[in-house]
Amino acid sequence: MDTRKDKFPHGIPGHNLSEIEREIPIEEPPAWPVNDKLKVIGKRVTRIDALDKVTGKAKFTSDMKLPGMLYAKMLRSKVPHANITSIDISKAKSLAGVHAIHLIENVQKEGEENKGGKYPQVKYAGQPLGGVAAESLEIAKDAIKLIEVNYQNKPFIIDMEKAMEIGAPIVFDVPIAQQEDGGDVGEVHDGSKGKGNVRGPSTSSFFGGPRGDLAKGFEEADLVVEKTYRTQVHTHMPLETHGVVVDWRADVMTVYASTQNTANVRNEMANVFNLPKSKVRVVCEYMGGGFGAKHSAGSFGPMAATLAKKSGRPVWLMLDRQEEHISEGNRPSSIQYLKIGAKKDGSLTGIQQRSHGTAGVGLGAGVGRIAQVLYPCPNFATEQYDVLTNAGPGAAWRAPGNVQGAFGLEQAIDELAEKLNKDPLKYRDLIDKSEVRKVERQRGAALFDWSRRQPAGSGKGTVKKGLGVGQSTWPRFVTLDSSVEVKIHKGGGVEIRSSVQDIGTGTKTVLAQVVAEEMGLEVKDIKVNIGDTFFPVGPGSGGSVVTGSITPPTRNATYEAKKELLKLVAKKWEKDSSELFIKDGQVGHKTDANLKMSFKEATKLMRTSQISKTASRSDDYGGFQQPWGLAFGDLGSVQFAEVSVNTDTGFIKVDKIVAAHSCGRPLNIGQLESQIHGGVIQGVSYALYENRVMDNGTGHMMNANVDQYKVPFSMEIPEIETVIVEEYSARSSTDAYGIGEPANIATAAAIANAVYNAIGVRIHEIPITPSSILKALNKVS
Amino acid sequence: MEDKKQESGSQPKKAITRRSFLRGAGLSTAGSVLLTTNAFAIDYNEYPVAGEEFGPDAITIKMKVNGITKSLSVEPRTTLASALRDHLELTGTKVVCDRGSCSACTVYLDGEPVNSCMLSVFDVGEKEVTTIEGIAKDGELHPVQQAFIEHDASQCGYCTPGMVMSCVHLVDNNTNPNLEDVKKATRGNLCRCGTHPHVFKATLDASKKTI
Repeated sequence: MDTRKDKFPHGIPGHNLSEIEREIPIEEPPAWPVNDKLKVIGKRVTRIDALDKVTGKAKFTSDMKLPGMLYAKMLRSKVPHANITSIDISKAKSLAGVHAIHLIENVQKEGEENKGGKYPQVKYAGQPLGGVAAESLEIAKDAIKLIEVNYQNKPFIIDMEKAMEIGAPIVFDVPIAQQEDGGDVGEVHDGSKGKGNVRGPSTSSFFGGPRGDLAKGFEEADLVVEKTYRTQVHTHMPLETHGVVVDWRADVMTVYASTQNTANVRNEMANVFNLPKSKVRVVCEYMGGGFGAKHSAGSFGPMAATLAKKSGRPVWLMLDRQEEHISEGNRPSSIQYLKIGAKKDGSLTGIQQRSHGTAGVGLGAGVGRIAQVLYPCPNFATEQYDVLTNAGPGAAWRAPGNVQGAFGLEQAIDELAEKLNKDPLKYRDLIDKSEVRKVERQRGAALFDWSRRQPAGSGKGTVKKGLGVGQSTWPRFVTLDSSVEVKIHKGGGVEIRSSVQDIGTGTKTVLAQVVAEEMGLEVKDIKVNIGDTFFPVGPGSGGSVVTGSITPPTRNATYEAKKELLKLVAKKWEKDSSELFIKDGQVGHKTDANLKMSFKEATKLMRTSQISKTASRSDDYGGFQQPWGLAFGDLGSVQFAEVSVNTDTGFIKVDKIVAAHSCGRPLNIGQLESQIHGGVIQGVSYALYENRVMDNGTGHMMNANVDQYKVPFSMEIPEIETVIVEEYSARSSTDAYGIGEPANIATAAAIANAVYNAIGVRIHEIPITPSSILKALNKVS
Repeated sequence: MEDKKQESGSQPKKAITRRSFLRGAGLSTAGSVLLTTNAFAIDYNEYPVAGEEFGPDAITIKMKVNGITKSLSVEPRTTLASALRDHLELTGTKVVCDRGSCSACTVYLDGEPVNSCMLSVFDVGEKEVTTIEGIAKDGELHPVQQAFIEHDASQCGYCTPGMVMSCVHLVDNNTNPNLEDVKKATRGNLCRCGTHPHVFKATLDASKKTI
């Protein structure tokens, strides 16, 4: 293999920065120095599409209007569990303005339930049954109301703990397949194991299965913490709902999708309609938030396409707010039993975890790997069960499982620290072996002024202050199927193309930065064309994989294109191209300062209209932990929370969060801050506010709207300060990773620990509401 | 209902007031509102006046948006948000909750912010509508828009038009707002990405530049 050796920055500036030599493929570009020495990487570069966003010109999927376009609405079940005996569409059909109606019919498969029924069995209230396309959305809605569905109702179960009981109504009589929505990474949930509604357990992850001997571990322990923690179901509620606009013409089906995974939507649509992938084009220029729930074409995608085919017109199908809450994903609940043993010196001897959670009719309600990997412990075992209920399916949500898991683990570690009479931060210094979290604890604690923390419940007065901390880890995932094309156009102009989408994280901007840095140009000189599956396939925006997966091939393709351009200049100058460079838009020569040519002039030397280079993600330097793309290292974070609790009213306010994070080489500081703010605010919301309320008697969600589904608005937003720790590990040509998941994992745990510090009573369940505070203080029963 | 006179020659049995349309009570037999030549549209082409009754068929009305008087053919059940988005293709105004609880659809009526999803297009009358598309004047951004760009105050961008509308209104009417004022001005604006801290910073910064 053709390799060469190169020296890379390694470690954390201001802490342990050094150099490391790596043997890398010969075609990889030379090592970038630390950010201080770069021009546009690691700087506050303004978002390249911000102008479109602040002027209202950004066209989202929901804003699309094609000539002749029809508007579609889904027909949904009004009951939670039933067989459908008949559906009468005659009245809807004759309504003026209605162009097409489609009912979802049962795909009969051997061994599945209800195989003789014409329509699929209803498993939750809100399940899609069909759709109508009409000349306006109002007409489509009217038509839906005219469709008569006859149900043969079956007993149903909503409450998770009741669903676990023997004799509870059974949601599925048969084994169900693992839910794959492209957003979760690596968790295995097997719906064929287990009894009744309780499926599983899942006992292992890609970090391995159980280790050591738990009984021995707890025998060796001097202290044990044994608690049960509970978390609620909450829904993603992206501002733009799920949906598509489908324009199906003779030779290609174009799907404008509000998605975080254009490539996956293309694959699903091609699969459903038996089309070659080359004949399905998925486009997503702007999308209004996803947070994990928008990886799939769902049932709305195929529905819109079918209606487009039936009517011969483009079809717009965006869900409404209620449908979004009910059908398009949620973070599953959890009831987690956790037992942790430690010796007097604080060292951990055993961690036992057992969880039950419900993702409704879906699977994937685990609590992640955080208890398995955050702190080294020789003896560990987990059992994670899925409980099926007649409610809408869960979906990946920032750091699937791990947010729930962190809420339990990081409180238990605090409880252990207290039993050991140790400061929670100092205790983590003792048991946490991560170098980056050590630096984050130091820098975060200094900014937060952790030293002012008082013993739990010791505050005077009605309003008590509390300080708390929580930590997290997230793997460095790399999607190897990540490709880009970089083009230099004759006469100037540089373009990058990929199917990867920007879901609001700023992917477009960091791609422009990487190209600009490598090409010696400014960010404004780079045109980013992404979110289109007619371009090379990029990763889905999930698992914080995008930056780590797509920026190295972006740099590499740019490097290759640049080399080709420099060869043309070298030929003209009669020099060796390796002696040439581009800086500030000028081609120059390393030793002969008289040789200069503008980038634009250089491109005029091209024989063809373009230089085009395509690159895909290469293996990490030094390889992976797992060959499928589990990189070495992790994305460690530490968050600090300050809360005020009114002990008379139970009112809680999060006053401040300090969020200390690492993501390898940071690419864009402003955008990183933004994304961390988002993770923190969603964490505040999870800890204190949001909660899907289901009616056990009818199976309907009671707060499927914005006004009764409480999330923080401006008055509830705490002061947030971020600490971004540069951490170089010399694993790729950019050495950069994402921040989406890490930003959201530790917040709820930090807040719960701060609430305990304020009132001196620990609350093991979220959301922590005024009512739960007053109950904890024995002020109400 | 007493204040609405029944128009002679209209279809009295079908006539439904705009308010009952907004309650979602009406079932329409009207045809397309999308086609440019709308066979069902009654040629009205005036600003609707309070006290008159219309519907259920579409009629052509006038509305002044961002300084330009537009003609549009709409059913009385049409909200202002829908008129802007679906009829005038001013899609910067977003519909998120569709029941007045998220402010994504904020526009100004004679300079005052309103939720356009909660307003019948027939209630606009002669008032002038300003949308996000009308905030930059002659290609020049409002200082709030400029500050939003500089402080990275948008993420996915879906709440951004509504946020900008709330913050522009504050900055144009309060020369020296503090953080509390900005929070109050945006307290109805739902954002799920968590842009709030940068929105606050941007707006405070913009207010300094407008003095």
